[in-house]
Amino acid sequence: MTTFTKATAVSAMALGLAIAAPASAQTLDVAWSQDATGLDPHTQTAFASIRLLELLYEPLVRLGPDLELQPAVAESWEFSEDATTLTFTLDPDAVFHDGTPVTATDVKASFERILDDETAAAARANYTSITGIETPDERTVVFTLDGPNVPILNGMASINAAVVSAAAIEAGTVGTEVMGSGPFTLAERTPNANARLAAFADWHGGEVAYDEISVSVLPDETAILASLRTGQADFALMTDPLVATLVTGTPGLELLTAPTLSYHVLQLNASRAPMDQLAVRQAMSCAIDRQDILDGALLGEGEVTGPLTSPAYRNDPASLFCYEQDQDRARELLAEAGFADGFEAKILAANGEPPTAVAEAQLIQSQLAEVGINLEIETQEMNVYIDRWLAGDFDMAVALNGGRVDPYTMYNRYWTEAGNLQDVANYIDDTLDTLMEQGRIETDEEARKEVFAEFERHISEMSPWVWLFTGYTYTAQTEAVEGFEPSPTGSLFGLVDVTLAG
Amino acid sequence: MGYVLNRIALFPLVMLGVSVFVFVAIRLVPGDAITAMLGTEGGMLTPAQRETLTAYFGMDQNWFVQYGRWLTGLLQGDLGVSVTYGQPVLDIILDRFPLTLELAFLSMFIAIAIGLPVGVYAAINADRPSDLIVRVFAMIGQSTPNFVVALLAIYVLSVGFGVLPQMGRFVSFFDDPLGNLTQLMLPAIALGTAFAAAVTRIARAAMLDVLSEDYVRTARSQGYSQRYVIWRHALPNALIPVVTLSGVEFGYLLGGAVIVEQIFALPGLGRVVLDAILQRDYALVQGVVLFIAFNFLVVNLLVDLAYAALDPRIRYGAK
Repeated sequence: MTTFTKATAVSAMALGLAIAAPASAQTLDVAWSQDATGLDPHTQTAFASIRLLELLYEPLVRLGPDLELQPAVAESWEFSEDATTLTFTLDPDAVFHDGTPVTATDVKASFERILDDETAAAARANYTSITGIETPDERTVVFTLDGPNVPILNGMASINAAVVSAAAIEAGTVGTEVMGSGPFTLAERTPNANARLAAFADWHGGEVAYDEISVSVLPDETAILASLRTGQADFALMTDPLVATLVTGTPGLELLTAPTLSYHVLQLNASRAPMDQLAVRQAMSCAIDRQDILDGALLGEGEVTGPLTSPAYRNDPASLFCYEQDQDRARELLAEAGFADGFEAKILAANGEPPTAVAEAQLIQSQLAEVGINLEIETQEMNVYIDRWLAGDFDMAVALNGGRVDPYTMYNRYWTEAGNLQDVANYIDDTLDTLMEQGRIETDEEARKEVFAEFERHISEMSPWVWLFTGYTYTAQTEAVEGFEPSPTGSLFGLVDVTLAG
Repeated sequence: MGYVLNRIALFPLVMLGVSVFVFVAIRLVPGDAITAMLGTEGGMLTPAQRETLTAYFGMDQNWFVQYGRWLTGLLQGDLGVSVTYGQPVLDIILDRFPLTLELAFLSMFIAIAIGLPVGVYAAINADRPSDLIVRVFAMIGQSTPNFVVALLAIYVLSVGFGVLPQMGRFVSFFDDPLGNLTQLMLPAIALGTAFAAAVTRIARAAMLDVLSEDYVRTARSQGYSQRYVIWRHALPNALIPVVTLSGVEFGYLLGGAVIVEQIFALPGLGRVVLDAILQRDYALVQGVVLFIAFNFLVVNLLVDLAYAALDPRIRYGAK
């Protein structure tokens, strides 16, 4: 068998050489493992879709690599003094891929489409405080809000608030034909296989230094690594730390990492006994060694974090409740709650989503067993997991939840009385609700930070969930690629700044 | 002839059974197309938005109505439209099937080209060291999962030699035969390895059986050469189990090789059906599975016909 494989390998090499010749310097060959699930920027929420659409469409504003707001379709923006109206001035050079200018009419039509129930845009919830959209001229858009709302500006820096052409909306072609104003046009695409993106010469954001991006969808990350090694791909996106870290040892390849906004968390269901008791939840928080789970499941690739993951709002997690493992205290708390002998419960994890989920569940299982809490791990396929997660149908769950730049946009869905995902959070108290409301209306930046720091202290102590750590986003590139800056959002928009050597 | 017609007459009935089974099975799996598309963000939908999507995915009707609609379309040759691809299901199948068919043929070619001669050789040399070696390798080959062979091949090529057939951009045989064969060689080896090992073992066992039969001994006693006895008398009869095995394996391969297609990023039927299941693309799952079932029936029929050709007893017995 061995000789057989070797012999064929050599003959395969002879044939393969012709095919694996270095690509033209004008093409950036990109590989990723999951393809977009659709092309409508307003309704697609999967990360795989968003990172493709970000290269084709543009919102009014976008987030830079340091999460600062940057102009996109809008060249400037301004809140009224009381933060109840938000005015955008559009870039006069912004044009759609067919050459027609992007106007205030397009912006208005786009937001009306997002807010229309018929569109079924999940991101609508972020923009419901818009009560009016006026277009005094073709370059100015004024949003009227139902009250002071500072976080909405960051919320608009999302491809789910992309400006699409009013004509395309009228024709009903959004989602079937790509007509954006972004740096690339979609030249060709076969779902779950490949795509070709051509640089858009009239892009108002500047010039892209190469001609096109050729995307290959390689579902297996080991194959992605192999394609980088052989120069078939110049640039790749990776999600599995176990594979990504192999890039580091490979000559000619570079691994870029950025800490993510999304966070790994152990969600407890505080509506189910015995997690309905504060002492039991706190005991679990104390019994967990976060760094140990990070080391064991993610090879230490990440950072222990509190609930706030956005760099501007992040605090030292050591100051939070029981972030140092304390098994004695955990046992005391359990005894106090009447569970000196521990209890049994089930922990839900999605199979392969993230790739480390099951390993995390196993480590949590062994750590909690030391204080007498015996867990049974339920591993489920992603869709089944999501259905149960949304219904709040679990004792506890290992989750990787998406993060946002603004803590209010990130958490109001869970930790407000009216939050859409209150059924998932399964816990609320007046303090949390009040702090979130203050965070929404406060316009002073320093005061907002203090509000959310208080929110973080309180929620860590109440322990409805046990926040664990953030991981990294990984991109790998060959030496030919220069100028890419990774973003904590995982966005690949930085590809517009790339130059190709040779 | 009547036997063949009988079998063909049963096709529609079997297909109907399969269609009901697939239709129900994919809907019994928890999670729907909305969950698959939106993930946890689905929780942000208002009831009105959810209603819109439910209608869009055709989930607002009860199962009987949905099945009736689908069956009516099916009878008119319309397998429906895939919501994830935005294309007719039949177009997607016809687009992906040539790759799957070619891969199945290549794997079978490898399996038989290696397995049959090696198996026969081992049987002739039964219990000698060469036979032992063949048996050990056949056992290893059969028990090594194809994805291990696939990953090993990729690793050896990319790390050891720094080359790899182009992945992610599949070229058809008619556009670029050399490029196409380069792309399919490793997957075919990955799939063909265990297949070849199985053929080796079954060919060896069948050959041993036949070689101990009376008529072989008679032929030998009449002074025919060893070569003549094996080729003329023993091999044709030993082929029957090999054909059965190959037919069944080939039928499976026509259903797509999910894992190997996944590893080599090949756009075959296996990946289509996997993605369709994960994205709860009901029309696509139903269409592809029905197509796979149809292929399986056809292959089975061909295997039966091959028996008849190989063994006159079956041919006459059927009448």
